[in-house]
Amino acid sequence: MEPNAVAVTNQSARLMMIKRGIAAGFPIMLGYLPIAITYGVLARQSGLTNLELTLMSILVFAGAAQFMGANMIALGTGMVEIVIATFVLNFRHFVMSLSFMNRLRDISLKWKVPLSLGLTDETFTVSSLHNKEAKEPYGTWFYGALILTAYISWVGGSFLGGVLGDVIPDRLSQSMGIALYAMFIGLLIPSVKKETKVALIAILAMLINFLFSLFMSDGWAIVLGTIIGGSCGIFVLKGEEEQ
Amino acid sequence: MIWVIIGMAVVTAVPRFLPAFIVDKLNFPAWVDRWLNAIPYAALGALIFPGIMTVKPDAPHVGLIGGAVAIALAWFGLNIILVVVGAIATVFLVTL
Repeated sequence: MEPNAVAVTNQSARLMMIKRGIAAGFPIMLGYLPIAITYGVLARQSGLTNLELTLMSILVFAGAAQFMGANMIALGTGMVEIVIATFVLNFRHFVMSLSFMNRLRDISLKWKVPLSLGLTDETFTVSSLHNKEAKEPYGTWFYGALILTAYISWVGGSFLGGVLGDVIPDRLSQSMGIALYAMFIGLLIPSVKKETKVALIAILAMLINFLFSLFMSDGWAIVLGTIIGGSCGIFVLKGEEEQ
Repeated sequence: MIWVIIGMAVVTAVPRFLPAFIVDKLNFPAWVDRWLNAIPYAALGALIFPGIMTVKPDAPHVGLIGGAVAIALAWFGLNIILVVVGAIATVFLVTL
């Protein structure tokens, strides 16, 4: 083949991966938009300017923490407290990133760093369950496109919420509150059907999270639920290693 | 205000990117790999429950019904978008 033809094939393979990434990111977009708009509205009411609330979405990119931050700002909480609470709430991403980066071990650090910065509960779970792309050529473009789709929806939605105010009718935005949970379920069920033991891991994590959330902050409860629930994978996932 | 935002950004970003350097330096034994491979499923579990009951905080059953419909739709092998749309429609109807 001529070098030119190779370049064209590479380009179309890359484009294909980008398209697949956007498609995989679409459910996240559906879930993020109403929440991001709600965040924008709430942050405005908390006294943040449009620039500040959008900047927070650009720099922090973590839904629950931003809602909490806006709330604490409205209550006049001090900076140190807000930052510590954010750390606790977002520490789960450390565990998730360790899992995701371990899967993407073979890619270069210059891809790993930006991809890891785009990890949220949603981009992590969707990316992780699309694990075959990690081994395909241009797999990084798939994950990059997926994460960017989510990121743009989040940042764009926040800005819209700040500028337009409550554009989504109350009833609809409340109903859309189920979207991300439904997405998590839609990701989990096919894995459970394939390998029943997966259900054991998930249910254990649910129970631990529930029990611990009764007497500690939600942030630590999710971290411990994920780590301890995942630890039973050491024993039950034995056969899956060479997948 | 800008410092609050930057502070939040730093404590969020560091735990996110640190693992990129850790896996570059360390090789894990097989059991740690299995543990890390189970993390997505455990995270899904912990993210779904009990959070799903707060969809309508004063009526926890609304989220649970939506969740049950999502489980059913996903079990029948529907595309994830349809699972999401079906759950939204269910909550919409239940809260009418």
